[in-house]
Amino acid sequence: MTAPRTLFDKIWDAHVVDVSDDGLSLIYADRHLLMEMQPQAFDGLRRAGLKVRQPGKNLGVMDHVVPTGPRDAEITDPVARMMVEQSYVDYQEFGVELLDLLDERQGIVHVIGPEQGFTLPGVTLFCGDSHTATHGALGAFAMAVGTSEVEHILATQTVYIARPKSMRVTVNGELPTGCTGKDIILAIIGKIGTAGGTGHVIEYAGSTIRNLSMEGRMTVTNMTVEAGARAGMIAPDEKTFAYLEGRPRAPKGADWDKAVAYWKTLPTDPGAAFDREFKMSAAEIAPQVTWGTNPEEVAPITGAVPDPKDAPNEDRRRMIQRSLDYMGLKPGTAMADIAIDRAFIGSCTNSRIEDLEAAAEIARGRRVADGVEAMVVPGSGLVKREAEARGLDKVFIEAGFDWREPGCSMCIAMNGDYIQPGQRCASTSNRNFEGRQGRDGRTHLASPAMVAAAAVTGHFIDVRAL
Amino acid sequence: MDKFNTLNGVAAPMDMINIDTDKIIPKLHLRTIKRTGLGKVLFEEMRFEPDGSEKPDFILNKQPYRDAKIIVAGNNFGCGSSREHAPWALLDFGIRCVISTSFADIFYNNCFKNGILPIRVTKEQLDALMADAKDTENPELTVDLVNMEIRRPNGVTVPFELDAFRRECLLDGLDDIGLTMQKGDKIDSFEAGQQQSQPWL
Repeated sequence: MTAPRTLFDKIWDAHVVDVSDDGLSLIYADRHLLMEMQPQAFDGLRRAGLKVRQPGKNLGVMDHVVPTGPRDAEITDPVARMMVEQSYVDYQEFGVELLDLLDERQGIVHVIGPEQGFTLPGVTLFCGDSHTATHGALGAFAMAVGTSEVEHILATQTVYIARPKSMRVTVNGELPTGCTGKDIILAIIGKIGTAGGTGHVIEYAGSTIRNLSMEGRMTVTNMTVEAGARAGMIAPDEKTFAYLEGRPRAPKGADWDKAVAYWKTLPTDPGAAFDREFKMSAAEIAPQVTWGTNPEEVAPITGAVPDPKDAPNEDRRRMIQRSLDYMGLKPGTAMADIAIDRAFIGSCTNSRIEDLEAAAEIARGRRVADGVEAMVVPGSGLVKREAEARGLDKVFIEAGFDWREPGCSMCIAMNGDYIQPGQRCASTSNRNFEGRQGRDGRTHLASPAMVAAAAVTGHFIDVRAL
Repeated sequence: MDKFNTLNGVAAPMDMINIDTDKIIPKLHLRTIKRTGLGKVLFEEMRFEPDGSEKPDFILNKQPYRDAKIIVAGNNFGCGSSREHAPWALLDFGIRCVISTSFADIFYNNCFKNGILPIRVTKEQLDALMADAKDTENPELTVDLVNMEIRRPNGVTVPFELDAFRRECLLDGLDDIGLTMQKGDKIDSFEAGQQQSQPWL
């Protein structure tokens, strides 16, 4: 009898190539996703005369700097063009497949991985982008790495990791109407803080998580990194298998059956121990909106901007004050009284078909409020095509939203889409850091339905009252 | 990668929690194909006005901190993105060591790949080191990786911990790709075993 193990334990144990004396493990990378932000890694290989060890286990895409305007237009920004052109050179030279701008499968790296069936249960998956945790929604151990590690993986298909501790976040009960995966994860981060998961891998469990769609699960694991943990996971189940079956890179035929049989052995064994446990009830969750400059600075839409005077300590008091100064907010302001200038629906957190459906449902038959600029950026070319097949593009366009081509866009604002200094943006993205969406821009994170509701009313509003 | 042995230098106090990677280097500067030259945009939005002039109150714009080699910072330094441009920018500015009560995991890891030593200390130790750094008359600390201690201006030492592999890589300035390539046979046999058990990969 082996001791009961967690989902993470099982995947970790199956991928240890070597362990050094002091506990750093050399872990095999089954899957490696790349985007155009790491030309330094390829350059490192070139300088050292190294090859990519397993080109077929690597897949590249362009997402961060790509314009979201028409794809046949030339990229006018010289730096963005240089990075895109460098990608063509690097991928060609090193023999790695690249989904480029003219490929319909192009999109945000964390949308296309699951969509292509490149992400699978039980695999280790790495990418040089912090939101790599997204892929854990399929029951993978997926973790962000830095550029030097990208280079290390390209050369050796392995990476050194100190084994993280484990934490289980359990959410039970029926999710209140109007709440989504985004509200769950924002509520969790609001409770445990941006360093609440540091050093840990988080497994999300409980009936509320089980009942989420795959898209909803991806939203939850996506923001794990905003709680300080490098990886978030959800046990694979029938929903996972149904999502994957028939996807281009998923196993086929006899391999599929064999794979599913293996994947069914992965969920955490009864009695397996976690280093930490955190539990909350879904009934406590209301639609969430951030008021500050990190994702833990969040309140329910029924709440108000906090007063620094009520902070538990001096560090927190100063942090809240700094956030309010930056955000241009006064203590005690009702969240529903915060007016916006911009609305952004997109990003690896919330740009999948279900997200666009939820936003379109609010937008249908309404108009974007006077003075508000709103845009929708689908997560991939395939999401865009599906949305158009369902007529969502028309709903958005008729309501006055801008309907764009896929990419990271205004989540990270390095592709030409950004907000002006002092502008306030309702955003479905994952980070409300200072300057994130443009210098001196003010970001409020919320779910797609809540952002759409803010766009059509001009201020935050409880989507349940609309 | 430059070796890290003993570092003596000015420590800049950044008495603020959650200094995230967007503060360390705004994302527009990630749009580069090089690793060098990023020191001039380190902490850009805190350090410079939009017109490029210096903000006089920012710590690295004041003497003696313009030549800082060490940063003493509040809890959860480096949270946010996985961008290795954050340690690249610190290094390019001349920072070789950051001291805090905690670091974001990815940032912590990225530091070692670039010859930067992140040191975790307790809250009490941080308060003492922060006070040392704020003393403009003598804000110098000595970070001794061989003996794993920080020596304060008053002669008191603060011990710290670090796993042996990372310590050796820093002390020797070693690149870990080279080390891993020597384990090629172990990777080969792992791949052969996995091909048997999970042929769909």
